[in-house]
Amino acid sequence: MFMRGLKRKCFDGEEDIEETLAGIKAIPSYNLQRQSLLDMSLVKLQLCHMLVEPNLCRSVLIANTVRQIQEEMTQDGTWQMINMQNTGQASVDRLVSTDILCRSSREQAEGKHVPGYSTFSKDFEGDQAQDSSETMSTASSVQALRNLQSNVWEMENSQENKGNFQKSLDQIFETLENKSPNSVEDLFSEVDNSYYDLDTMLTGMMSNTKMGHCDGLEPFPSPTTTTSSSNCKSDLNELDHIVEILVES
Amino acid sequence: MIPGLGNLMQDVLWCFSQVKGTIDVGVTEADIISTVEFNHTGELLATGDKGGRVVIFQREQESKNQPHRRGEYNVYSTFQSHEPEFDYLKSLEIEEKINKIRWLPQQNAAYFLLSTNDKTVKLWKVSERDKRPEGYNLKDEDGRLRDPSMITSLRVPVLRPMDLMVEATPRRVFANAHTYHINSISVNSDYETYMSADDLRINLWNFEITNQSFNIVDIKPANMEELTEVITAAEFHPHHCNTFVYSSSKGTIRLCDMRTSALCDRHAKFFEEPEDPSNRSFFSEIISSISDVKFSHSGRYIMTRDYLTVKVWDLNMENRPIETYQVHDYLRSKLCSLYENDCIFDKFECVWNGSDSVIMTGSYNNFFRMFDRNTKRDVTLEASRENSKPRAVLKPRKVCVGGKRRKDEISVDSLDFSKKILHTAWHPSENIIAVAATNNLYIFQDKVN
Repeated sequence: MFMRGLKRKCFDGEEDIEETLAGIKAIPSYNLQRQSLLDMSLVKLQLCHMLVEPNLCRSVLIANTVRQIQEEMTQDGTWQMINMQNTGQASVDRLVSTDILCRSSREQAEGKHVPGYSTFSKDFEGDQAQDSSETMSTASSVQALRNLQSNVWEMENSQENKGNFQKSLDQIFETLENKSPNSVEDLFSEVDNSYYDLDTMLTGMMSNTKMGHCDGLEPFPSPTTTTSSSNCKSDLNELDHIVEILVES
Repeated sequence: MIPGLGNLMQDVLWCFSQVKGTIDVGVTEADIISTVEFNHTGELLATGDKGGRVVIFQREQESKNQPHRRGEYNVYSTFQSHEPEFDYLKSLEIEEKINKIRWLPQQNAAYFLLSTNDKTVKLWKVSERDKRPEGYNLKDEDGRLRDPSMITSLRVPVLRPMDLMVEATPRRVFANAHTYHINSISVNSDYETYMSADDLRINLWNFEITNQSFNIVDIKPANMEELTEVITAAEFHPHHCNTFVYSSSKGTIRLCDMRTSALCDRHAKFFEEPEDPSNRSFFSEIISSISDVKFSHSGRYIMTRDYLTVKVWDLNMENRPIETYQVHDYLRSKLCSLYENDCIFDKFECVWNGSDSVIMTGSYNNFFRMFDRNTKRDVTLEASRENSKPRAVLKPRKVCVGGKRRKDEISVDSLDFSKKILHTAWHPSENIIAVAATNNLYIFQDKVN
C-alpha cells in the first residue's frame, strides 16, 4: 500500500497542504490528487480514437492504474471520510479541481457525442446506430463510476465492493470480445441516457452526500430511456439479421 | 578503423552524414517514420512509415576519388507495402502503418524482407533488372503477337542492357492470423520460419505456407475480465532456433524453448527485477512496461527498454539485470503530466552496436542516448537540422534538472515532447547509425580520421 507519509513522486513535486474550508484554491491534497488521477484515468479509458481500435496495452495499463487507486482508496477508508467531511463549499472546490484536470477531455465528450467514445464497444456492433454504440460505452463507464460510488455506501462489504468495481472494469474488457447478442442485451437493459453528460455524472457523484445503500442511487430522470432501449433492441435484431446473412453466405 | 570493435566512447566522434525527408514545418502524418532497419550486411537500410510505404536506401560503393563520402545511402526502392483496410465486422479501420521491418539474410541476388502492419505480414522480394531480352520470335518489340504465317526465320533472343530497374514484388501475404495488433516480427536463425507477436498471442510461420501458422504463445485469459498483462515485444535467439523471448507490460521477460511443448505457455526462464519500494507510485507499473527487447549479437544477453531505463540481462541470471542505464531520469518527477498527455505510453526501441559494446536508445526533444558498456560512459546527442552540416561533429547535449542552467544546457521544462526518437538502427559492423526523427531520417557516422 502506498504510504501517505512518503514522498509522493507521482505528483509533480507538489506538497501536501490540506484544503481550507474557506474554499481557497490551495495546492490540492493527496486525496484530491488521487481522485483527479482516478477521474483522468476513467476518462482516458473512454475517449479512444473512434476509427481505429484502441491500443490494448495502453488500456490495460490504465485499467490497472484505476484498480490500484481504487484498492488503495478502499483500504484507506478515505472514500468514506471525504464524503463525511463534505461541506457545500469543499465539494465545489473538489468539482473545480477535477474540472481543471478533465476539462479538455470532457469538453470533447460533451461536444462530440456522435463520434462516440470507446471502441471497446465496437466489437459488438457491426453497423449499429451511433447512439446505440455511445450508449454501450457510456454504460460501461457509467458502471465503472456508479460502482465506484457504490463503494462509498457499502464500506462494510469491502470485498463485494472490490467485486463490483472489478466487474465494471471487467465489462470494459468484455466488450473487446465478440459476445453473443443475448449478453449484449443484458447490458443494454441497464442503459440510462442521462449519463451521456459526463459533467452531470461527476457532479452527481461529488455532491451526493447521502449515506445509504447502493441501490439508493437513483438514476436521473430520463424520459427517453424507453425509446432508446427499443432502438437498441431493434438495432440488435438488425445485427442478428446481418450475421445470419454472413454466416449463410 | 576496426569497425565496431573495441570502440571507446572517447575515441568516437559522431558526425552528421545525411538526412532524408522534407524540412516542411507541418508534418504529413503519413510521412512519419515508424520503423528503421539495416540488412545483415549494412548495405541496405529500410524505413517504413505511417502511410504504409517502405523506402529502401542502398549504400554507394566507396570511391577513391571521394574518400570523405564514405558510402552514402541513396534511395534504392520505394513501394507501397500495406494499404489501409476496413474491418467491416468491427467497424474499425486497420491502419496501414508499418510496425516492423525485418530483413532475411541474402541467399541469392534478390533481397527479401518482411514488413508488417497491425494485422498482416508480407514478404517482399526486391530485385534488380538491368537487362532485358530482345528479339523474340513470336512477338515484336512492342509485345504484339506476330502473325505466325509471316515468320520466315528463327532467331535466338538476346539479353541487352537496360537502365537499372529495381522492382519490389509481394511474394507472400500472411493474413488473418492475429486478432490483436502485431507488435513484433522476428526471423528465425533457421531462415525457414519466423514469428509474429500481437498483444496476446505469438504465431510461428513457415515462409512457404501462408494459410496456416502455429500458435506458440497464448496469454489470453479465458475470461477477458481477468486481463492485466499483454505481450509487448518478442524476438528469436540469434543462434538457437528453438529459443525466443517475449516481454510484457508488467516489466517481465520470458524465455521459451519450443522443444519442450507445442504451446510455450510455460516459460523456461523468467526475468524480473524486484520492485524498488522507495520509488513506488501509481505509475510504477506503467513505467516498468517493456517497450522493446533485443538479443545481443552474441546471444548471451538481452536488452530491454522501459520508459525511463535500458537494462541488460544475462541469460543465466533471472533475478535482476546485470546493467541498468538511466535514459532520462529527470522525467521521473513529471510522470503525472506525462500520463496526462499520454507520453508515458510512448514505445521507445533500443539497439546494440555490432560488437555489443555500446547500446543506443531514443528520448524526447530529438535526443538520443548511447551507453558504452565497457567504459560506463554515456552521451546524449541530438538529431536536428541545425547540426546538419556535412561531417559536422555532433556536440553532446545535456539536460539540466534544476537550479542554474549552464549555457549549453536545456531545462527539462523546455523539452519538446512532440519530438520523440522512437526508432533507431545501428549498422551491423560499422559505426553508422540511422535515427528516425518524426518524418526525417538522420544518418550519422563516426569521424574519419
